[in-house]
Amino acid sequence: MSGPVGLGPDYMQPFFDFVNWVCKPQILFSGSVVTFFGALKFRKILVKPPVTIGIVIAMLVFFFISLLSPQFYNEARKADNAPIFIMIVLTGLVIWAAFYQAVNNDERFRQGLRSDEHEAAEEKLHVWPYLIYIEAIVAAFVLAAIFAWSIGLEAPLEQFANPAKSPNPAKAPWYFLGLQEMLVYYDPWIAGVLLPGMIISGLIALPYCDPNPKGVGYFTFEQRRFAISVFLFGFLILWVLLIFVGTFLRGPNWNFFGLYEPWNEHKLLSLNNVNLSEYFWTNLLGKAPPAEWWKREWPGFALILGYFTVMPALATVAFKKFYQQLGFVRFSVVIMHLLVMLSLPIKMYLRWSINLKYIVFIPDYFFNI
Amino acid sequence: MSAVGDQVRKILDESVYQSVIWKSVFRHGFPDTDRNRTLVVLSNLFLHLHPAKLKGHAVRMRYTWCMGGLSFFMFLILTISGVFLMFYYRPTPEYAYVDIVALREDVPLGMFMRNVHRWGAHAMVLIVWLHMLRVFMTGSYKAPREFNWAVGVILLKLTLLLSFTGYLLPWDQLAIWAITVGTNMARATPFLGHEGPGASLIGYDDFKVVHSKSDIRFALLGGSIVGPSALLRFYVLHCVFLPLVAGFLMAVHFWRIRKDGFSAPL
Ligand code: HEM
Repeated sequence: MSGPVGLGPDYMQPFFDFVNWVCKPQILFSGSVVTFFGALKFRKILVKPPVTIGIVIAMLVFFFISLLSPQFYNEARKADNAPIFIMIVLTGLVIWAAFYQAVNNDERFRQGLRSDEHEAAEEKLHVWPYLIYIEAIVAAFVLAAIFAWSIGLEAPLEQFANPAKSPNPAKAPWYFLGLQEMLVYYDPWIAGVLLPGMIISGLIALPYCDPNPKGVGYFTFEQRRFAISVFLFGFLILWVLLIFVGTFLRGPNWNFFGLYEPWNEHKLLSLNNVNLSEYFWTNLLGKAPPAEWWKREWPGFALILGYFTVMPALATVAFKKFYQQLGFVRFSVVIMHLLVMLSLPIKMYLRWSINLKYIVFIPDYFFNI
Repeated sequence: MSAVGDQVRKILDESVYQSVIWKSVFRHGFPDTDRNRTLVVLSNLFLHLHPAKLKGHAVRMRYTWCMGGLSFFMFLILTISGVFLMFYYRPTPEYAYVDIVALREDVPLGMFMRNVHRWGAHAMVLIVWLHMLRVFMTGSYKAPREFNWAVGVILLKLTLLLSFTGYLLPWDQLAIWAITVGTNMARATPFLGHEGPGASLIGYDDFKVVHSKSDIRFALLGGSIVGPSALLRFYVLHCVFLPLVAGFLMAVHFWRIRKDGFSAPL
């Protein structure tokens, strides 16, 4: 492996420094959340083709400028990172397609018209030729694209497997990088087992817990604000964004690096993360934390217990109608999944703001939260 | 139609569509009448996954983004290219890597087929995600399609597992370390992993039921490191077990799309 790469042209440094700063986890994450909700709010403007094209051009310019950075250039040309770019492009495209039609339909409803899909559904079409031809043409294009990709880009093959020599950083396949990123904030039993399990159980539970009968068979946003916002938040912010972070912003030792910051294996970070028990006993009460875990960890337990009892109780009041619609069991399922989902950003912000390591820390039983 | 076209069509009508061979294969004339267009879909094993007619919105690309069909198409491409790769690959540490090297260097179209399989797998993961996104955005998961959505979620998981088990097979540095990182998490499974919460509670004094040689990660890898048995296990899962389960669930998925009715505005 070669050493760290250079910084790129001098005249770019102010810009590169700025972007590196924006890439800091807390700023990137907060910025993305604000952008996400802002985009939902201003969707009507954003889906207008000239605006969308403007954004695409801006992103392309940003991409090509970024290639001036040797660090980014190195990562961008890794064959196995190609799916990340395709993911960004395709996800952007379909999100735009969905919202373009949703905005259009919502406007039609306001004018007392039926959805565009409803109009089209009036007519029945023969599958041959109307669907078969589309399928055949699309399949041919996709096949051609895969062939072109396979001719142009060679699937990597590295050195023979060597269990004694671990690469730094050792990364999971790109589609699991979101989970690997979560490992920074939670122990493996949460990031690698509990959270993925709850993604699956949450997805399966979703149809049974969405009492809203509207919005079947057509694109809309206004009739399904809550469901769409939550789902897209999970998909775009907690999954796609974290994959991007894991790919481009995590270097040796899984340290954080700005987009253009060379991956220096010797980057030293002063890691003085502190457990909640230390904050409570040492900083607040001014004594040594008790040795027995059940004495030492009760503040953490209380906090977590409170989170999973007080919050649902509050939610039954705040979302009374929703609660009545769903009933106790289904409401609990929804709230528990939402609370676990939110616990990820909460832990992130606690880490970034007060260097919190663990809320509950019982290493003897590998029970760290 | 042009005069030449008319002539061609006339010849086809008279000598091809009326011929014994054509009729034995297709059992109906060229699909340009309503009757034949219905028959072509109903009488063909592959096309009859579709109904003969669909509501207008369901045919449009902007509704389905073609993502469900493409998920299946990618599965087919991967099956075909994967069978090709299987001819040249032996799942043991001494052969796996050299087989891939030989495949790239000596086998005609070997490099190309490997690339198709690799990039196709990445593409399939993405396409299945986007298919799920479209089903969500059109509210198609709501009653009566809840169960088919659940089948889809399992298909999504299988797609990821297929990709993940395939990652190990080249037996290079990328492979074993990505799988090491991935499977290390299994160590931490509550009660079932030896570094998972609760695992140390199962047992008595020094006698532990769940330890590094009996936990779920060990079962997955057939050992405590990513070694020969892990390679064999992942190979069998990747080439036999997971595709069979996925194929079976796809059959259920497609059947249910027809039985539940394709989503449509009321
Ligand atoms: C290997 C994976 C999959 C394959 C091959 C597949 C295939 C298909 C196909 C061909 C359709 C027909 C309509 C269309 O093209 O959109 C469809 C519809 C559907 N899929 Fe999938 N699918 C897969 C995964 C999923 C996943 C991950 C989900 C959801 C989590 C899902 C849920 C559904 C539902 C609910 C429908 C009915 C849509 C409607 O009626 O509008 N599928 N699927």
